[in-house]
Amino acid sequence: MESTLDIFVKAIFSENMIFAYFLGMCSYLAVSKTVKTAVGLGAAVIFVLLVTVPVNYLLENYLLKAGALEWLSPEWADIDLSFLSFIMFIAVVASIVQLVEMLVEKFAPALYGALGIFLPLIAVNCSILGGALFMQERQYSTILDATAFSLGSGIGWFIAIVAIAAIREKIRYSKVPGPLRGLGITFIITGLMGMAFMSFMGIKYADETKKKDATTEVASTIIDSEENTNTNNTNP
Amino acid sequence: MSEVTENKKAPREPLFSKKNKKLVTDPLTDNNPVTIQVLGICSALAITVQVEQGVVMGLAVIFVMVLGNLIISLLRNMIPSRIRIIVQLVVVASLVIVVNEVLKAFMPDVSEKLSVFVGLIITNCIIMGRFEAFAMANKPWPSIMDGIGNGLGYAGLLVLVAFFRELFGSGSLYGIKVLGSNIPGEEWGLYTMGYENNNMMILPPMALVIVGVIIWVQRSRNKSLIEEH
Repeated sequence: MESTLDIFVKAIFSENMIFAYFLGMCSYLAVSKTVKTAVGLGAAVIFVLLVTVPVNYLLENYLLKAGALEWLSPEWADIDLSFLSFIMFIAVVASIVQLVEMLVEKFAPALYGALGIFLPLIAVNCSILGGALFMQERQYSTILDATAFSLGSGIGWFIAIVAIAAIREKIRYSKVPGPLRGLGITFIITGLMGMAFMSFMGIKYADETKKKDATTEVASTIIDSEENTNTNNTNP
Repeated sequence: MSEVTENKKAPREPLFSKKNKKLVTDPLTDNNPVTIQVLGICSALAITVQVEQGVVMGLAVIFVMVLGNLIISLLRNMIPSRIRIIVQLVVVASLVIVVNEVLKAFMPDVSEKLSVFVGLIITNCIIMGRFEAFAMANKPWPSIMDGIGNGLGYAGLLVLVAFFRELFGSGSLYGIKVLGSNIPGEEWGLYTMGYENNNMMILPPMALVIVGVIIWVQRSRNKSLIEEH
């Protein structure tokens, strides 16, 4: 079994939402012009992920998964509602975002002032729904693991957007070729940052055999090709 | 809302009028949803390792776009604007469930590879963006055209990126080895001359760099697209 700490660290670095899966790219590109707004959006994403993933975890395990309804009555053990999971997850995300917005407005006006405009945007941020779907796919065994995963993903997203915002602020003073200005150079820099983040894949986790089963196809192709590169390097 | 009333008064347009054609062709070039409007990158890049996945994903998005645009456009006068995001999400989510079930039933291996990214069509910014910007204010037929255009623009870019990544990353196209084979013992084609696949192409960061280069090429051909900063 992977330890909770492993899941947490992996979600921040080697399985970073932005650099490994490109989730939440739209707001990542649109809201990364200044560090200040990037910090606001990043904080909002951490917060919403931290709330929605555990809620979706409970939904998944006590309502949607094959046999999940067994706790209500043994006759319902063979009901599989997992085809409903998309609509349930997105409904949970949209309503929690709305709820969080109202709660924050009521009880923490200062925070609302800081996050205000970003909260509604988050309902359609891919990283939130992506967090829920990855949680479903990887089948974390306890809610603690799922929470660690969501917190790690949020922090990873935060690091990514703040870093690119800082770079974009500096890039304004450099001479970028006309056609690359703005979007083009941001894409390429994100690619380079992704390469840098890939070096975190060398981190050794507690149980290597489990790692391969748990990660998705995308990640496993990455690991495979990485191994290929390594072997290629050893025989010149 | 003014646009809606204008539309109603206008004389009946032919189905393939110039304006409607423009709705389809514009997103393919100078108003591409991915490279110009910066929408829908979220789920686009991770699945461009192989052309096949790109094609399937593109078709799925076209399907969802066209039907979603149609439904939203038909409902546009009934949706209260306060809850429109939730209505739109429900429409997309239902369509995506259909796509997902069809993929699982008929193409299980592709569905496995696309993993969570089929589900992420729901939050694909292109779809929400077009609902907001077009379908909420236009009649059903132009909305369908707009859906086809933007869907094709997205699918086209996906296939283009996947083409480069698969060709240089695995030396094949649509699963067919076009550059030869590098299986030890039965090498043929370029590999006999010492050619090696560029494994970097398979890794996620290269997708971003390729899109960056595509944007570069596109903007240097059409100077009006260049951004200030």
